[in-house]
Amino acid sequence: MALTFAASSHAVVRKVSPRGRAVRRSLTGWAFAGPATVLVVGLSLFPAIWAFFISRARWNGISPGVPVGWSNYQRLATDPDMLAAARHTLLLTVLFVPSSIILGIVVAIALNQRIRLIGFYRTCIFVPYVASAAATGILAGFVFNPQFGAANDVLRHLGIPQQQFLESPTQALFVICLIALWGEVGFCTVIYLAALQDIPRELVEAATMDGASRWRVFRHITLPELRPVTVFTAVWQTITAVQLFDLIYTTTRGGPLNSTQTVVYYIYELAFQTQRLGYGAAAAYLLFAVTLMLTVGIIWYSRRRGSEVF
Amino acid sequence: MRRWLPFSPWHLLLMPLALLFVLPLVQMVLTSFMSSAEINQFPPKLFPTSLHLEGYRALLTETPALRWFGNTVLVSTVAVLAHLVLCSMAGYGFARLKFAGRGLAFLVIVATVMIPIQLLMIPTYLMFARLGIVDTLASAFVPWLASAFGIFLMRQFFLALPVELEEAARIDGCGTWRTFWSIVLPLARPALATLAVFTLLSSWNDLLWPLIAISDDNRFTLQVGLANFQGMRRTEWSQLMAGNVLATAPLILAFLFAQRKFIATMTFSGLKG
Repeated sequence: MALTFAASSHAVVRKVSPRGRAVRRSLTGWAFAGPATVLVVGLSLFPAIWAFFISRARWNGISPGVPVGWSNYQRLATDPDMLAAARHTLLLTVLFVPSSIILGIVVAIALNQRIRLIGFYRTCIFVPYVASAAATGILAGFVFNPQFGAANDVLRHLGIPQQQFLESPTQALFVICLIALWGEVGFCTVIYLAALQDIPRELVEAATMDGASRWRVFRHITLPELRPVTVFTAVWQTITAVQLFDLIYTTTRGGPLNSTQTVVYYIYELAFQTQRLGYGAAAAYLLFAVTLMLTVGIIWYSRRRGSEVF
Repeated sequence: MRRWLPFSPWHLLLMPLALLFVLPLVQMVLTSFMSSAEINQFPPKLFPTSLHLEGYRALLTETPALRWFGNTVLVSTVAVLAHLVLCSMAGYGFARLKFAGRGLAFLVIVATVMIPIQLLMIPTYLMFARLGIVDTLASAFVPWLASAFGIFLMRQFFLALPVELEEAARIDGCGTWRTFWSIVLPLARPALATLAVFTLLSSWNDLLWPLIAISDDNRFTLQVGLANFQGMRRTEWSQLMAGNVLATAPLILAFLFAQRKFIATMTFSGLKG
């Protein structure tokens, strides 16, 4: 108590003006928030704005850039490589997002049962999420090896002809989608599991008492309750699919015959293999705009549909 | 439910699924202990006949894999420590301290979450080249020193803490810094653990950024080193699998020991949206 009195009387003697105190408070606040704010803004907002200026120039990063206006964007619209990359990214997204959502819901419902071994099942299904995409890609190259891989061994047991998998231009993108699902379903499952456990038990019990079948409970209680989470996972998984890079780099590097070259992989090649920085930045901005529209679209659509999930 | 099976029918779905998810990882570990002759057989074998350490020996003597491992440990350690300090300070500032520009600064930080990596990689590379840190380990960890996600997570946590404790500390004569450091931070352990797991996962597993920023062999992180090594020697499977074990085992072990914390982190990073 004595200490408190001493401190407060000291403050009265000093007579700090209210304005001085506000300045001091701001300084303290910025001392706390400043370092992280400067880092985050300096490493995201600032480069994002700079990227826009780069996208309006022809530049190899060494000699001075030449301003070219919107012509990088115009050339992208007719660039056959860009169009092929966009097609691959779209196909990957259309395959990956619904599959990961449906699998996530099914696996989460299965893992929500009170049965034996459930802890073991959960650990097994979540653990691939922790493995890096680079390691997953290298491992996939082994499992899907056409000569001695385990995947072909399984097909042999089922009596299905041997496949080329990642070495076939018609199959590679589908195999990559499968590998991406293996790595990401754990994440979706965790999200849905948490959402399932948040559903009020009384709701299900009341419906069962009223004679609703298990299917009807699922269709009219569980699914609507999962709706907000589904909007989130749809957005999240769309971003994951659009930005997929590590897995492609460690499996096919865009091949065979460019059949797995996605937009992000194309941007990487433009900027860091062929040093076309302006053109690469323009492609990056285009992809950003499309992703943003997709995200807004998903959220808008889900709001409009009201209580329906699918 | 009618009992037409001696066990729950859910096992029929979960058992094959669980094996599908975990068997490739088991095969990865077992293959790392095989000889090349054993690996190149068809049909493939799951178990090695005896423990061959050639893969590991060749990996550690012919490549700087140990060094890559050390680099990754260093990058992740710096990333986690910096994240814990900087994001908890900023989170506390945004949650509790009143200062000019607070609302705007927080809004800008939240908005940056929308900006994707492919938009940032070109200008960030150029920026680092001008600062002269391209091709150093610093270029690998600087982007991981703080994140919008970390600031947001800590702010939400501090907002939910009752303010009375801090007011009591203030009345007892604690300054802002001491209140934060010795009263608030010890209470924030669960949030700090979530933040640490998140940062560890992201920085340890990152490939794209260090791939761009670093071209000197000796400064590779483990993920970049492995991806590069795989590009040169596609057929040295025992070495590649040994490298994969080195790259994934630390996180998988951490996951097995602290599964709850990992799952809480995944859930939080999902439910913030």
